[in-house]
Amino acid sequence: MTTIVRHRLFWPAAVLVVLLVSNVFFSPRFFTITLQDGHLYGSLIDVLRSATPLALVALGMTMVIATGGIDLSVGSVMAISGAVSCLIIGDLSDQNSVGGVLLAVGAAIVLALVLGVWNGVLVSVIGIQPIIATLILMVAGRGIAQLLTDGQIINVESAPFRVIGAGYALAIPVSVIIVAVVVAVSVLLIRRSALGVLVEAVGASPTASRLAGIRARGLTIGAYVFAAVCAAIAGLIFASNVRSADSNAAGNLIELDAILAVVIGGTALTGGRFSIAGSVLGAVLISALDITTITVGVPAETTLLFKAVVVVILCLSQSAAFRAAVFRRRRTAPVTPAAEVPA
Amino acid sequence: MIDVTAPPQPETAATALRKRRGLDRRHIPVLATLALLALMYGIGVGNYDNFSDTQVLLNVFVDNAFLLVVAAGMTFVILTGGIDLSVGAVVALTTVVAATLLNAGWPALVVLPLVLLIGTTLGLGMGVVIHYFKVEPFIATLAGMFLARGLSLLINRNSIPITDPFWTSMAQERIRFGPGVFISTSVVIALVVLLAGAFVLAYTRFGRTVYAIGGSADSALLMGLPVGRTRIAVYTISGFCSALGGVLLSFYMLSGYSLHAQGMELDAIAAVVIGGVILTGGSGYLFGTVLGVLVLGLIQTIITFQGTLSSWWTKIVIGILLFAFIVLQRLVTRRNR
Repeated sequence: MTTIVRHRLFWPAAVLVVLLVSNVFFSPRFFTITLQDGHLYGSLIDVLRSATPLALVALGMTMVIATGGIDLSVGSVMAISGAVSCLIIGDLSDQNSVGGVLLAVGAAIVLALVLGVWNGVLVSVIGIQPIIATLILMVAGRGIAQLLTDGQIINVESAPFRVIGAGYALAIPVSVIIVAVVVAVSVLLIRRSALGVLVEAVGASPTASRLAGIRARGLTIGAYVFAAVCAAIAGLIFASNVRSADSNAAGNLIELDAILAVVIGGTALTGGRFSIAGSVLGAVLISALDITTITVGVPAETTLLFKAVVVVILCLSQSAAFRAAVFRRRRTAPVTPAAEVPA
Repeated sequence: MIDVTAPPQPETAATALRKRRGLDRRHIPVLATLALLALMYGIGVGNYDNFSDTQVLLNVFVDNAFLLVVAAGMTFVILTGGIDLSVGAVVALTTVVAATLLNAGWPALVVLPLVLLIGTTLGLGMGVVIHYFKVEPFIATLAGMFLARGLSLLINRNSIPITDPFWTSMAQERIRFGPGVFISTSVVIALVVLLAGAFVLAYTRFGRTVYAIGGSADSALLMGLPVGRTRIAVYTISGFCSALGGVLLSFYMLSGYSLHAQGMELDAIAAVVIGGVILTGGSGYLFGTVLGVLVLGLIQTIITFQGTLSSWWTKIVIGILLFAFIVLQRLVTRRNR
């Protein structure tokens, strides 16, 4: 029992369960999942579907944060990827051609590779603070996306493109499948090879890892590229879902939600140890929070307040100084504090 | 074009100066910004009619008085090596609280200190969390941002007009220097704040401690400087400046709205960076921040005068300028070592 409680994902998971269960009081059919026309429908599916862009962005953000960095530009990359893909599809003579859509998707991802390299080079080669390095692309990127679309919202009517965000395969939403595949492949690549350990080493101490012969520079660039590609796929899902490229709305403030998801998932912002499962859980938690406020009928504005409270509690519980202070006050008979703080 | 031509000029000027009286490299970023500002102003005057009117320049101050104050607070925080993401949200909260209370019939002279106190308290709270609980400034102020924006949404999600006589008189009061040449009272307030801030940074023990912490917090601690107190104080100052900026914005807009000042934290950070304050802390001047705000304001003015340029060019140009100045800073600091 204590091992379960001490698991670092216990509290986020508990909050998620409480959130989901509390919905039942307001919507009795909340947990019902029905099969209609070969598609799964239900509030739980909605939670998963609405979590997909955030989960992808949070996945990329996890790797960047693990190297001790941060990526503020993910929202702008989402906007650019949506803009590029919709521009290409809009120019197709036949918007329903699968080849054209694949070309658009490919172009968006290639562009994201370039943007990721840009961020990574600024951080690891030129040595700019990650917050500021990615701030450049965050500010300029949204401008570039608006420049591409000429400030307009570009609508597309393309059946193959629509599949990405709103389609179903084997009764499961395609976007959920995409995220599941990306997460699974990432976990395999990162955790089944030395890659994850190397990234953790870079995040824990760049100097020590360099002295140990780890190519920190390449790994850091790789993390930013990975984050940009994840954001681009998220941007495609978003654009496909709303059937248009909206350079203002796409990925607006998603960087903050993604950072929040990563922190909820137990990855410290200082870099080092990271948890991909935690970040995905964090993303689902935030999505469940949004859906819950709708089901319960609280005005959407309190979501922000609730988030603030969650962030404060989570940060304080992560802070060793805070835990030490609380423990010292609670226990008058001094127990060795090291034994009290779970590793 | 700008990033290629602007930096070398001040560098040669600076080398000449350094030869004469041992000027150090810390002034180069500020001089670069000054040169850029002059260049932009020259481009404006050369290309557009009426750009040379004194009032065009004064309007940059009038339209950005609130940003000047907010960026001044941000400068203190960044000089210690921290960051404050909550400023925009605190500005919005201030406008909403002020508008709500004024509409409820509270006297202006009670509302004014009260909203300033709220902002200052929020800043103090974030400073305490950052210092005592060792929470990253980024996350602590992000939580502060959610909190302040959430509170203002909770109070009222609509825009609230302000009709209070004191507020409207502050909004309409103009200090005239001649026919058609004027500034608003907000500009005077902003200038007072800037002068006070610059004095504190340059001539007080507190100001030197701010620089020392930014240089190296550990060394500052070993030197026996009050690191904790100072670090909490800079976030408190930033909170106060955000609240004051919010008051100035409500003078300017004559409304309180929870969506006011969206993304202002980025404008403030960009102004500070363009103004040559080194983001890892310890080096930079409040005067540079003023120049940074003026650069941002002048970009807007030029784009307005041009008329055919779309608003997104503002973002792209700001991005390019950020890049140019950060790279310049890297070169300057690298050569220093």
